[in-house]
Amino acid sequence: MIEDLIPILATTLAAATPLIFAGLGELVTEKSGVINLGVEGMMLVGAIAGFAAALQWGVAGGILAGALAGALVALPFCFLTLSLGANQPATGLALTISGIGLSAFIGQFYVSQSLPGLQPYAIPLLASIPLIGPVFFAQSAVVYLSYVAFVLVAWMLARTRWGLILRAVGESPEAAHAIGYSVIGIRYAATCFGGAMAGIAGAYLSTVYTPLWVQNMTAGRGWIAVALVVFATWKPSRLMLGAYLFGGMTILQLHAQGLGVELPSQLLAAVPYVATILVLVLISRDRKVLRLNLPASLGKPYISGG
Amino acid sequence: MPPQMKRKDYLRWRRLLDFRPFEESCFLCYMSVPAHSSDLPPRLALWHVTKRYPGVVANNDVSLTVKPGEIHAVLGENGAGKSTLMKIIYGAVHADEGHLVWNGQTVHIANPSAARQLGIGMVFQHFQLFETLSVVENIALALEGAFDLKHLAERVSEVSARYGLPLDPQRLVHSLSVGERQRVEIVRCLLQNPQLLILDEPTSVLTPQAVRALFGTLRQLASEGVSILYISHKLHEIQALCDRATVMRDGRVTGEADPRQETAASLASMMIGRELPVCSAPPYHGESSAVLEVRGLDYHNEDPFGASLHGVDLVVNRGEVVGIAGISGNGQAELLAALSGEQLSAPGCVLIGGEPVGHLHAGKRRDKGLAFVPEERLGRGAVPAMTLAQNFLLTSHRKPALRRHGLISRTRAREFAAHCIERFDVRCNGVLSAARSLSGGNLQKFIVGREVLQEPKVMIVAQPTWGVDVGASAFLRQTLLDIARSGVGVLVISEELEELFEICDRIAVLAGGHLSMPVARALTDAEQIGLLMAGPQQQAA
Amino acid sequence: MQLLEPRANPSKLMRWAAPPLAIMLTLLAAAAIFVLLGKPPLQAFHVFFIEPLQDANGWSELLLKASPLILIAQGLALGFRARIYNIGAEGQFLMGAICASGVAIYTDGMTSAWILPAMVVAGAIGGGLWGALPAWLKTHYNAEETLTTLMLTYVASYLLSWLVGGPWRDPGGTNFPQSILFSEPAMFAPLFEGLRVNSSVFITVIAVPLFWLFVSKSFMAYQLAVGGEAPAAARYAGFSARRTVWVSLIVSGVTAGIAGASEAAGPVGQLTLSLSPGYGFAAIIVAWVGRLHPIGIVLSGLLLALIYIGGDAAQVSMQLPSAISWLFQGMLLFFLLGADAFVDFRLKRRRAKPRLKDHVNDEEGRA
Repeated sequence: MIEDLIPILATTLAAATPLIFAGLGELVTEKSGVINLGVEGMMLVGAIAGFAAALQWGVAGGILAGALAGALVALPFCFLTLSLGANQPATGLALTISGIGLSAFIGQFYVSQSLPGLQPYAIPLLASIPLIGPVFFAQSAVVYLSYVAFVLVAWMLARTRWGLILRAVGESPEAAHAIGYSVIGIRYAATCFGGAMAGIAGAYLSTVYTPLWVQNMTAGRGWIAVALVVFATWKPSRLMLGAYLFGGMTILQLHAQGLGVELPSQLLAAVPYVATILVLVLISRDRKVLRLNLPASLGKPYISGG
Repeated sequence: MPPQMKRKDYLRWRRLLDFRPFEESCFLCYMSVPAHSSDLPPRLALWHVTKRYPGVVANNDVSLTVKPGEIHAVLGENGAGKSTLMKIIYGAVHADEGHLVWNGQTVHIANPSAARQLGIGMVFQHFQLFETLSVVENIALALEGAFDLKHLAERVSEVSARYGLPLDPQRLVHSLSVGERQRVEIVRCLLQNPQLLILDEPTSVLTPQAVRALFGTLRQLASEGVSILYISHKLHEIQALCDRATVMRDGRVTGEADPRQETAASLASMMIGRELPVCSAPPYHGESSAVLEVRGLDYHNEDPFGASLHGVDLVVNRGEVVGIAGISGNGQAELLAALSGEQLSAPGCVLIGGEPVGHLHAGKRRDKGLAFVPEERLGRGAVPAMTLAQNFLLTSHRKPALRRHGLISRTRAREFAAHCIERFDVRCNGVLSAARSLSGGNLQKFIVGREVLQEPKVMIVAQPTWGVDVGASAFLRQTLLDIARSGVGVLVISEELEELFEICDRIAVLAGGHLSMPVARALTDAEQIGLLMAGPQQQAA
Repeated sequence: MQLLEPRANPSKLMRWAAPPLAIMLTLLAAAAIFVLLGKPPLQAFHVFFIEPLQDANGWSELLLKASPLILIAQGLALGFRARIYNIGAEGQFLMGAICASGVAIYTDGMTSAWILPAMVVAGAIGGGLWGALPAWLKTHYNAEETLTTLMLTYVASYLLSWLVGGPWRDPGGTNFPQSILFSEPAMFAPLFEGLRVNSSVFITVIAVPLFWLFVSKSFMAYQLAVGGEAPAAARYAGFSARRTVWVSLIVSGVTAGIAGASEAAGPVGQLTLSLSPGYGFAAIIVAWVGRLHPIGIVLSGLLLALIYIGGDAAQVSMQLPSAISWLFQGMLLFFLLGADAFVDFRLKRRRAKPRLKDHVNDEEGRA
């Protein structure tokens, strides 16, 4: 029985990977006090850029191009919200809409093409651990990259001066400015990092997960990633947990009919979105937890005097 | 640059001077800069500094000299340009004209971290701290060098013990009292080995006893050769502490003096250009007809950063002004919310004119005759981007002339607002100017005026003259006294003891969520109120 | 890096100049894209903005598309004033269409004058409920309405795909996922013979002045605006934050629902998967570009409708992908938000450089 679960769990990990990248990126962005609702758009641009680049330079080139493209399209968002103090939710939405348009526009040239994808690589020794090995360590290289990203982000936030500065700017940009930090510069960096991570998430989708380009192929994953950050109460480890949970949900609804669930497939497909709402409700109702973890300046424009 | 030195070596030498470790610099302080030495160049000299903002010259041709080891006051009322001048010294703002000389050398201070590297530290009036971070993390953010919180925590303990500023490095800042937060700011500066320490209105949040302790620390620092720039508008403090004073008015220097040789009156006339205005009111005869009663009000705050209230009892009578002293963060915000109706309670906990209103929200309580002037003028007392006419509607929409069948009359709102502006001497460009374009004093006059025009039974005012210039302060205090004597019960919550002693008939203290018994003004003094403000824990410690 | 400083008073000029400025910048950017694609920009603009309006059919299409955009945007603008960001109007639109279609499908074959009004009411209820759900989640569980409204959009679209693929699939049709074609009593009558524009535009024509009256005169709208500008001031004044949420989300849900019903009972005439050309999202842009003002929204709704039609025309005659209209919409919103910054802020004046000499530079000069 447990052996039967292994492929399901392994595919769960693969399905969770884009959420991890996009979620970690948005988590860092939000820690600096910026809420970027453009994740979906940045993912799509990353997906098409990654796909186009992967045709030329393989998956590694695709992932890199996705990161670059994601960071690049985050720049206009940064300029508007940080340099001009524009409304963050609205600008994020504009980014998503533009991202959908831009990716579809470029994507028309790539509709019928396909990529070979990426073969899983079993890490010697680790992959032979029972259960854990085949689930976690017989994956594609990009999945391993998500582990690395998690460790790096968690370590950076908790242990380094960089992380401390990021948290400080997110909590009180005024105080950070007063003691001499460039609030705007730090927020630019954090937001572009978020863009790059969303770009990687998109590129993973189009070059590894389903190695082809389909218009709107992210199907709301960018929004789910934003919701996951709230669910995670801005903690990387909880974000991982949430991402795997959602990955599991996506995979289970594919297997549901095989498991004897008598629901139409269209309704099962809606399950992850309903689950996102439920998760948001469960977390948000506890205002105390939110208050303790929410970056205090989140979403508020900051314009320094002087 | 010494002539025989190579340029590369010179730069390295300079860098060494700027980044020397803590112990070494103390050694330098003791050895080479004896306190009050007159043959050394001044620690800091400002020459003809001018800073213009759109529509206003914040600093106009300001010159100032601070000697090593000197405690130098910059005296001036709100809006005189003190804060801008300090921001220029600290590198947060750049001067349009003039220059700074630091230990004999002309310098350009690009930003606060450059200022810190020179040896300039600043304790902000509004603490620049991060509530969700620990003390040591807060301090680490302002320091250069290796990122080692453990080692830094030890240094924090060392320095805080040496200067009598007890602090636990691991505590989160939001759990600290205001006095402790100020210690964090001071220790943060001291760890940077300052040669000049700037303190901006440091005593506005301290009890009289805590002020004395702070002065002890500052004198100790001065005796070690640290120069201190002390910004204040409180004359007696400056006379007690400072060696010299530079007085500013409207962005200009209006005088320099030895404060100990001057009288309060002579300093005041330099500061505001005339005698200090005083309020006057007919005596209160102790009419005992309660218009506002609070009975056993408990409030448990869910917000981990907030305070709770414990069994608050209070009566405000017709015609009197009751003051609540205490340092913000001791339940002031919570008490105000419970009184105004932004936070609900059991019906019998709050009574207006004998009627239980604890369960009614803010709008319903206004119907019963409550008026309220909050501490935050922009964003709470007024909507910053809206016009004065629109802001007038905020609390006076219940007048039938202004609202009928769910529709509002803009013309009438403008007329009413214009009346308010005229009667309360609000200086602005008419009823269509945005609330945020008004100065603090004028906006406060508008809000107080709007609330007075509701013809309330009870008027609650928080920090009535915070950040307001002397003229407007006197006007506001007189207004409060006048409406009280006309039969309104007035409750004033303020951090300024002098203000409370000027206008209140009875004074109580809110500390740690407990409200003390109100005492008649004649039967108490600042010392006694100060002890109560410190709260039971601090008194024991 | 900070370019701006606050203005004392918001600039009236910029408030009205921002949308035309944003439109001009979008046109410039569009021209650049056309050049990159090797299409002459003037010809492209001609195809986009002039050709569609050269015949009656073009104007009919313009009204047909502008009407739902304007209607939805009126509702959204109300919430946006209160900073309640309903970005799921698309879902509310679909639910409106679904509920209205339900009425049409179950009354098929009957002839009653009440069918069409019943459909509109059903659409309003469907959209309203789909808006009320996030309002309930926000007021009772503090859940962000941006995320819940958007998630509900996905739920609505899967619900639609289940209905048209299963219970409501046209039994007489091919296997396409679509319902039966509605009969005449379940359709809005065309205004002119041979043109698609139908009587549902009157709903919008009536709604606009009502919204204008509400926004400019009502105390409720004032409360919403205070709640959006300064939530603490709203609490201080005793305005209910919960009511703000409920009103904003239900009103925008109802308008989107009615628009959805009109779409199903109008140009589409049945329930299909591809019922909505993304009106729910485009209406967000309409609301913003229209300054959240009822009259401004009419103008911006017409503009966005033109971009839609122009995009279709460009697809046919210039082989441009239809996605390009999404791109233009996004850019328009971007430029508008940028121009908007100058309502409350202005560029930092360049001041005389401080005449201070850095001592190190000084030393370098001599060395």
